[in-house]
Amino acid sequence: MRIRRTPAAVLAVLALAATAACGKSGSPNAATDTGSAKPAAYPVKADAKLDGSPTVAAAKKRGKLIIGAKADQPFLGFEDVAAGTRTGFDIEIAKMVAADLGFSESQIEFKTIDSANRETALAGGQIDYYVGTYSINDKRKAQVSFAGPYYIAGQDLLVRQDNTDITGPDSVKGKKVCTATGSTSVDRIKTYGADVSTFGNYSNCVDKLLSKDIDAVTTDDAILKGYAAKNEGQLKVVGKPFSTEKYGVGLNKDDKVLRDAVNDALQAHETNGDWKKAYDATLAKSGSAAPQPPALDRY
Amino acid sequence: MGIPFEGNNLSLFWHGFVQTVLLSGASALLALVLGTLLAACRVSPVPVLRAFGTGWVGVFRNTPLTLLFFAVTFGLPRVDVHLSAFVCAMLALGCYTGSFVCEVLRAGINTVPIGQAEAARSLGMTFGQTLTLVVLPQAGRAVLGPLSSVFIALPRNSAIAGAFNVAELYSVQQTLSEQGYAIFAIFFWIALAYLCISATVGLLFRGLERRLAVGA
Amino acid sequence: MQASVLYEVPGPRTRRRYQLFGVLAAAVLAGLGWYVYDALASNGQFDPAMWAPFEYTTVQQRILDGVRDTLTAFGLAALFSLLWGALLATGRLSDHRWLRWPATALIEFFRAMSLLVMIFALYQAVFSAQPMYALVLGLTLYNGAVQAEIIRSGIQAVPRGQHEAAYALGLRKSQVMLTILLPQAVRSMLPAMIGQLVVTLKDTSLGFLITYTELLYIGKLIANNTSTPHGYPYIPVIMVIAPIYILLCLALTALARWIESRGRRGSNRRTPAAA
Repeated sequence: MRIRRTPAAVLAVLALAATAACGKSGSPNAATDTGSAKPAAYPVKADAKLDGSPTVAAAKKRGKLIIGAKADQPFLGFEDVAAGTRTGFDIEIAKMVAADLGFSESQIEFKTIDSANRETALAGGQIDYYVGTYSINDKRKAQVSFAGPYYIAGQDLLVRQDNTDITGPDSVKGKKVCTATGSTSVDRIKTYGADVSTFGNYSNCVDKLLSKDIDAVTTDDAILKGYAAKNEGQLKVVGKPFSTEKYGVGLNKDDKVLRDAVNDALQAHETNGDWKKAYDATLAKSGSAAPQPPALDRY
Repeated sequence: MGIPFEGNNLSLFWHGFVQTVLLSGASALLALVLGTLLAACRVSPVPVLRAFGTGWVGVFRNTPLTLLFFAVTFGLPRVDVHLSAFVCAMLALGCYTGSFVCEVLRAGINTVPIGQAEAARSLGMTFGQTLTLVVLPQAGRAVLGPLSSVFIALPRNSAIAGAFNVAELYSVQQTLSEQGYAIFAIFFWIALAYLCISATVGLLFRGLERRLAVGA
Repeated sequence: MQASVLYEVPGPRTRRRYQLFGVLAAAVLAGLGWYVYDALASNGQFDPAMWAPFEYTTVQQRILDGVRDTLTAFGLAALFSLLWGALLATGRLSDHRWLRWPATALIEFFRAMSLLVMIFALYQAVFSAQPMYALVLGLTLYNGAVQAEIIRSGIQAVPRGQHEAAYALGLRKSQVMLTILLPQAVRSMLPAMIGQLVVTLKDTSLGFLITYTELLYIGKLIANNTSTPHGYPYIPVIMVIAPIYILLCLALTALARWIESRGRRGSNRRTPAAA
């Protein structure tokens, strides 16, 4: 009796495999709503000289560049699983830098790394560099190094549309506030006396906010605006930033050659207007006009 | 190596340890109650209950615990059940472990000599009386060994709760590692804590075994 | 069914009572099911937008890739954990104290250690670039220790007369183990071994915490990246992913039963001849 289950199980697995044979292509996400209206490709610098950078040498040898990014942040770093594409401001920055390092778009492999794993992935060489709302701070500089900043954000709060009692960081005392494990937002919001929950991703928090288990999500305004735009009419950003978060490109701590090269690349694309074009095509869609690119902080 | 004695790490560490112990204890209790009820269902004369028990065990034994945590944490709010992270973790762990307890108990019930149940029935006992007064107490003794394996595994499994917003030992490991401490030094202390817990559970069961042993 | 011994063959009145219980239990379960369905529906969980991702070939391909990665990690971990388990069990059953004690210590340590804590430490310290190895090694160390205990108790459960007779015939310890005890022990320990392999398969899902792209990781990715007016499709994803895991585990169990039944048939044929 029992043995008869084997063919049944095999059949079920086959049926599952068969379903993969038929399906739609494309994406359920409308082309514009995650910031995929795309700026032109960046010209690849074929003569990029990076002698003395072990990271680039390894990437050249394997024939592709592995870039760490976020996957669930609309307009910043978003992976459209159905279409198999990544879009957003961070992704554009990553591509600009790659082009200047001598890698074309087809030579880039993106890898999704959550906040908590960023330092490990960089230090261990799982990724060549990381572009994903990565705030520059001294604690992290002990483990990794940063090029940039290429954007300045500030920590803010995301609440439900009908919420009126959370008006800024001073009103979160005793409220349930959610953020991502391993982000800079955790410690700061604790100092305001919030009851903090942490999950692996911000989208986990946003889901908890929508299902009314928590009162607010806190992280950088650039990220929150994306979620607010995606959930228009349900969520809103409070709009009182209470920190300065300088987004940098995360790099292996010991690769100074690469750090200088990435800084040069950022500088070049900020000057030639690519930076603004990328911003307009992505982050601007969540409702804020392009600021001036911040000054680089070379070290 | 002296990580726990720096700054307020000791209180962080202690808090994590207590959370792990509390979570394990609470889910162990839930698992025991649930497992016993399920085992009763699975041997009961009512077919619907038997099917329910079989179905429950089939689903919960074959689903990864991590997936259960997802289901409880993000699924329950969608059926309008809102619980704290600790209770969510307790439910996931309890339901998962409960299905293992049920299987152990059922195997134990089968080891009780048929004559015992027959004698109980011939005295006019009902199903409930036969099970609770005669069979289960004897089965309990036979299942102590396998049961101790299940309950030693429970605190280990509770670490997953750390990824779902419960501040227990795994999340302490993550926090300390973010602060830049050497991973092996952290691991040493966390490992020590888990060893203490599992040794305690082991001793508890050995004591229980000795107390319940029938003088041969 | 053994259980029938627990209660009398029901008479007409009892049968009616059981039927009443059955109907009541069914009603309660159905009510609960309806409540869940109703709550899910009113929360928009059956909204087409929630299920849309699964219609796309890329997503289906990703799920299949996830299954492949899950099975890869499982296959490696199963193989290595059985080898590691056999090694530890050999040590534990050794006559030499210097072998027995370290083996016992290792078994006790890895059995007590939280697998997740171990995998995380391995990922951070050694295998940052290759999360799969951290996962496989962690699974191997833990499950190997459990398998070792299963092997040991299986071998010790073989009646004493067997090895006494073997030694009396002048066989060496390795011969006694390999030709007398192990073949007999395998049959009694197979169910527990398979049970542990199912645990190994399920525990591969811990890989999602260290960026290994197994099935649960893919599921989480799909859920996190599909924003609908009713939130993220965690429930649809769970409804798709969980049955895949359950089917994989049931298939593994069925395979094990099949192997076991073949083994039993073989030995049954031999037993009467030997007797």
